[in-house]
Amino acid sequence: MPIVGSIPVMTFRIATCITLLTVALATPLHADARSDAVAQVDFGITVAQRGLWREAIYRWERAVEIDPTYAAAFNDLAVGYEHEGQLEKARQAYEKALALEPDNAQIRQNYDLFKEINDRTDGAKETP
Amino acid sequence: MTEQTAQKKRRSLVLAALVAITAGATLACGTTYFEIPIETPIRAKLDVSAFQRVLIAGFVAGGTDDVDANQETVRLLRSQLRSKSSLRVIDADVMELAAIAQEQNKTAVGGEDSAPSRAAGGSAATSSDEKAAPLPLPLEIKDEKDLEPYERLFANTAYWKQIGEEYQNPLIVTGTVLFMPHSRSGFVSRDVEDYDSFGRRRVRPVRTYMERKGFILRPKFIFIDGRTGATIHSQSHREEVLYNAQQNTPALSSYFELMDKVVPDFLQALSSQKIRGTRVLLK
Repeated sequence: MPIVGSIPVMTFRIATCITLLTVALATPLHADARSDAVAQVDFGITVAQRGLWREAIYRWERAVEIDPTYAAAFNDLAVGYEHEGQLEKARQAYEKALALEPDNAQIRQNYDLFKEINDRTDGAKETP
Repeated sequence: MTEQTAQKKRRSLVLAALVAITAGATLACGTTYFEIPIETPIRAKLDVSAFQRVLIAGFVAGGTDDVDANQETVRLLRSQLRSKSSLRVIDADVMELAAIAQEQNKTAVGGEDSAPSRAAGGSAATSSDEKAAPLPLPLEIKDEKDLEPYERLFANTAYWKQIGEEYQNPLIVTGTVLFMPHSRSGFVSRDVEDYDSFGRRRVRPVRTYMERKGFILRPKFIFIDGRTGATIHSQSHREEVLYNAQQNTPALSSYFELMDKVVPDFLQALSSQKIRGTRVLLK
């Protein structure tokens, strides 16, 4: 009787163990992904400040691959694309960064400045 | 006593650990930013690789007599293209397109009296013969409505092809320029400086009713392929500037002030531009 009664308890314990294990494993993995991405972003900023924008873009692309929830990396990538004249890619990256952090004033400011240029590009009325 | 001390010690340790964790988290999560200058390259709107030369032919201009908008626009665009484009700028006399359009209109109608004055131009045609005739061209161009009938000059491909042949098939830039006086009255917000009862300086916005006058600039640039006479691109702009009614700003100075805003877009149609700015990189 006590053996039969302990089955749900055992199931509950196993489930709890699995959940805890998952959380325990996932947290360092996520932390590792973020720290790897931060390292890529850091390096990207350093090389961008020296004018090596292509290398910087490569690093930031790696960063968003490693951690697709890293808004700062998307913002930096957008700035890189903007500098290279890849305006459509820049727009997508800014929008992704803002979707991840809608209240980030610095990303918003960058995006507004970018849109100003984009509007100027399409501003004049064209007729064939 | 010993138990109490140990408990106190433990509490202090827990508190210290909590402070350390909070500080660590703040450092780790706090965003660091770096301002960086960037130059965004903007590709030219038009592929002008087929042309080596550009002819800024002339413009149908109007609005005010204070500025010869045709001459000034041609001069300004030529000088800008010389320094900011790879195309060779053709030095030629500025074409008086309004007069040319009048001539073409006379030929089209087949009579000498078909170019009516501004006053006569307003009368409506009634007979069926008159309906078939092209719209009369006003001699005096004061507003957008007066410019409309001149648009057909730019659709005359045979004429532009002939001009193209004359100058060895360049890219032709022409169009219309309206530069007209403008006045507006209404409430304007301006900062007023005063001192409070403690002698502290304050700046506060005050809305005041003001009479203002200035100018409107409406250029339309038309790009024509000199080999075919066909329009390949056109772009319209509108800029305005208003000054305090007491301020006496020369019309020519206002014209250049407004053209300064339009010229980058004009150049962008023909050559790649770099727009300088600053962005923030985040960690």
